[in-house]
Amino acid sequence: MDALALARWQFAITTVYHFIFVPLTIGLAPLVAGMQTAWVVTKKERWLRLTKFFGKLLLINFALGVVTGIWQEFQFGMAWSEYSRFVGDVFGAPLAMEALAAFFVESVFLGLWIFGWDRVSKKVHLAAIWLFALATNLSAFFILAANSWMQHPVGTIYNPETGRAEMESIGAVLTNNTLWAAFPHTISAAFLTAGTFVCGIAAWWMVRLARTKKPEDAETARTVYRPAVRLGAWVMIVSGLVVIWSGDVQGKLMFQQQPGKMASAEALCEGEEAAAFSILSIGNLNEGCEGVRHILTVPYLASYLGTGHFTGEESFLPGVYDVQEDYTARFGDTTEAGEPVTYTPPLAVAYWSFRLMIGFAAFSVALALAAFWFTRKGRVSDNLWLSRLGILAIPMPFAACSFGWIFTEVGRQPWVVAPNPTGIDQVRLLTERGVSTAVPPGVILTSMIVLTVIYAVLGVIWYRLMHRYTIEGAPVAVRDESPESQDPDDADRPLSFAY
Amino acid sequence: MDLAILWFVIIAVLWTGYLVLEGFDFGVGMLLSILPHGGREQKETERRVLVNTIGPVWDGNEVWLLTAGGATFAAFPEWYATMFSGFYLPLLIILVGLVARGVAFEYRGKINDPRWARRCDLAIQAGSWIPAIMWGIAFGNLVRGLLLDADFQYVGGFWALLNPFALLGGLTTLVLFLLHGSVFVALKTDGDIRQRACRLAAGLAVVALVVAGGWAIWAQVAFSVPWTWAAVAVAALALIGVVVATRARREGVAFTLSAVAIASAVVLIFGSMYPDVIPAIDGGVPLTVAEAASTPYTLTVMSWVAVVLTPLVIAYQAWTYWVFRRRLSTKDIPAPVGLSWQKIKDAAF
Ligand code: HDD
Ligand code: HEM
Ligand code: HEM
Repeated sequence: MDALALARWQFAITTVYHFIFVPLTIGLAPLVAGMQTAWVVTKKERWLRLTKFFGKLLLINFALGVVTGIWQEFQFGMAWSEYSRFVGDVFGAPLAMEALAAFFVESVFLGLWIFGWDRVSKKVHLAAIWLFALATNLSAFFILAANSWMQHPVGTIYNPETGRAEMESIGAVLTNNTLWAAFPHTISAAFLTAGTFVCGIAAWWMVRLARTKKPEDAETARTVYRPAVRLGAWVMIVSGLVVIWSGDVQGKLMFQQQPGKMASAEALCEGEEAAAFSILSIGNLNEGCEGVRHILTVPYLASYLGTGHFTGEESFLPGVYDVQEDYTARFGDTTEAGEPVTYTPPLAVAYWSFRLMIGFAAFSVALALAAFWFTRKGRVSDNLWLSRLGILAIPMPFAACSFGWIFTEVGRQPWVVAPNPTGIDQVRLLTERGVSTAVPPGVILTSMIVLTVIYAVLGVIWYRLMHRYTIEGAPVAVRDESPESQDPDDADRPLSFAY
Repeated sequence: MDLAILWFVIIAVLWTGYLVLEGFDFGVGMLLSILPHGGREQKETERRVLVNTIGPVWDGNEVWLLTAGGATFAAFPEWYATMFSGFYLPLLIILVGLVARGVAFEYRGKINDPRWARRCDLAIQAGSWIPAIMWGIAFGNLVRGLLLDADFQYVGGFWALLNPFALLGGLTTLVLFLLHGSVFVALKTDGDIRQRACRLAAGLAVVALVVAGGWAIWAQVAFSVPWTWAAVAVAALALIGVVVATRARREGVAFTLSAVAIASAVVLIFGSMYPDVIPAIDGGVPLTVAEAASTPYTLTVMSWVAVVLTPLVIAYQAWTYWVFRRRLSTKDIPAPVGLSWQKIKDAAF
């Protein structure tokens, strides 16, 4: 493999891996903050138990989010230096803002939260987790601003002297319509992930305790886990609606901004009016769109997703061939190295990742509905199917998120900076032109192997810890450790928390 | 003032923040198998004392690195691209170290088992020793200069980075961080371990004076400009001050002084690089501050962001240091709360 292929694989592996931990942190942090708020306001012990339980899982997860993020920050310069030279003027700004505005708040206040139970007053301690939760969401905003700019470069001009993109308006970069669709979509996907996580785990615990037939267990199932089941289910329903709405908005933007992504997501060869949305197809997509037969379709839906019209001229979706023709006319038919360019991303990946993103959400929908049904009117369920569904559903939104990103990023190919149809044509970059020229393939291969091995080991440890701490359940003996509830004469007591 | 120069200074400030703060984290990590004494349990408790002196703050310290990286990307894209692709392997080694160390801090207490604790200690130590040396090697090479072609691509290869000057630079950061870490432990702990840290710091300060002094003089004579002699002098005085202050059990003063010594080293490094961000060597092309910089518009935007946010960051970060100001000793360490190894192994739904 050449340096380009290796750098792409490395980027894909490390970024998808980073994004396993990200959605859970983004969604679970506000939920834990909400649980702690419920404790502080109602003083009911169950909320403190849930805060400690899910808080611990949040911390185990956060650690890997942090360490895998460090590599992300540096790999643009290391493996994608020509990309960095071209875009740094614009792209670096949101990255620096993310560190200054979000990562500092995130790390400092999380440290305060972990170690601060007996150090700061209850209110300050509560504020710490809220600041942490806000900062994780803010960090998503800034990194998505950077990513959305690659999808739809706005506020930027091209300087022919330096051959670089230059920022003209930070306001335009931060109000990019692509960003304001991707941000709610990604955040709501993260809440869907965390809602499924909380609901699934709590449902498993509720059923488990309900089945022991001991009165004290039944009491715990009712007072501690049932509220968590319902909390998770509500979060899933609300965030699921936002996911669908924002996904629809994204579809319409994608149609305008990256028609090639739309055409390949639908595996359409020729443009069509009133295009149907294909749910299943057979045939070899790797050979191109010709041999594909759509066997299960929803009439008019693809046109509606892209254009907002079911039928008529306005519902026209361009096909792969139209895009190729149009882009060839604008950008030529060869790269600077003289090789022919295909302006269509790999069809199989684009088509299937889009479907899998949407499809995996079905489990969360099923869990939310089941959870509401089995806990209706104050009931506690001991139905094993509910607990099985709970556990089964947990990994699904993680997979959906990964496929969403794979779709977004692979669908953008061959561009790393896709040309903006209403912007300046020179602000564009082919992925193959972004890779570092000073780094030999062997070096990238080395780092890819090293990182993959380390990540695999960390993944196993992460999984085992998450798994085991879930089985431990919410702590039984929790107490109020805040300074206002302590005996002031007992200043020598050990720390309430230490590594 | 020219915005590009302002940003050169801001980047230097960010690196100072990083090296001063994570410098003592590295030091504490390196001391993990040096300072603790006594029987097995006593040692384990003392190790936990050490880890907990930095527990609440290490991640916030590391964000200074992320900010330095992000700010370099935004303000000097050419510098970011050239330096990071040129330093690919050293950076990979550093990042792997930081990953191992970060996970080990967070997961060490999650499993209550001596073997697990040893493994985490190993990761913390490797993740502290190696980056502590590598940062010095990287900065040594920036002071000395790198071989760039006309497109600002580094063409010198990996082994050229391991030249004697850079290696002495690596030794310098190593000793400085070890010293800084022991002074920090002396400041943040109580009891026996504090006495040992004080004694160690006094000795290390003398070693640092020799090693860092040697490197600084070499840098001055071969690569730098006259005014940075002032930084060398300040660093030397600060190191002597550390010896005096630790003898007098004035740990706060000693800590400030070892921080000053590290900051002076950064001044020397950036002072000698200016007006380049990557000086030339062996007939190569230098990359200058002006050539590497972003457009004035981007720099203006970033200046506003930095002016508003940096004081705020410093304020709340300093405040958490104050919240956790209490000295730790072995009797503050609660019983371990992690799960047993057996439980982790038996996990099954
Ligand atoms: C939509 C959200 C999102 C996306 C697309 C990314 N990240 Fe991320 N990142 C986060 C959301 C996030 C977070 C929620 O803020 C994390 C994850 C879990 C965590 O611990 O913080 C984080 C951690 C994190 C850290 C460590 C921060 C710390 O030490 O506290 C760095 C340096 C990065 N990320 C950098 C990146 C880069 C350069 C990305 C682009 C490829 C990227 N992340 C994609
Ligand atoms: C966290 C979620 C993300 C995931 C899962 C993801 C996934 C991917 C994948 C799978 C590729 C490989 C595409 C291919 O090789 O065909 C890729 C490429 C790329 N992505 Fe992303 N991405 C994410 C976020 C981002 C963000 C936030 C940025 C920018 C800030 C970004 C910048 C890039 C770049 C520069 C490439 C170039 C390599 C290439 O196209 O092959 N990605 N990404
Ligand atoms: C009806 C359901 C959905 C629709 C119509 C939809 C639509 C889309 C579209 C069009 C994109 C590509 C945006 C672009 O490339 O510019 C996208 C990306 C993405 N989707 Fe979905 N999606 C749906 C469900 C989901 C679900 C259930 C999840 C995860 C739980 C999810 C997670 C993501 C993620 C993480 C991305 C990449 C980030 C982004 O571009 O926003 N999506 N989605």
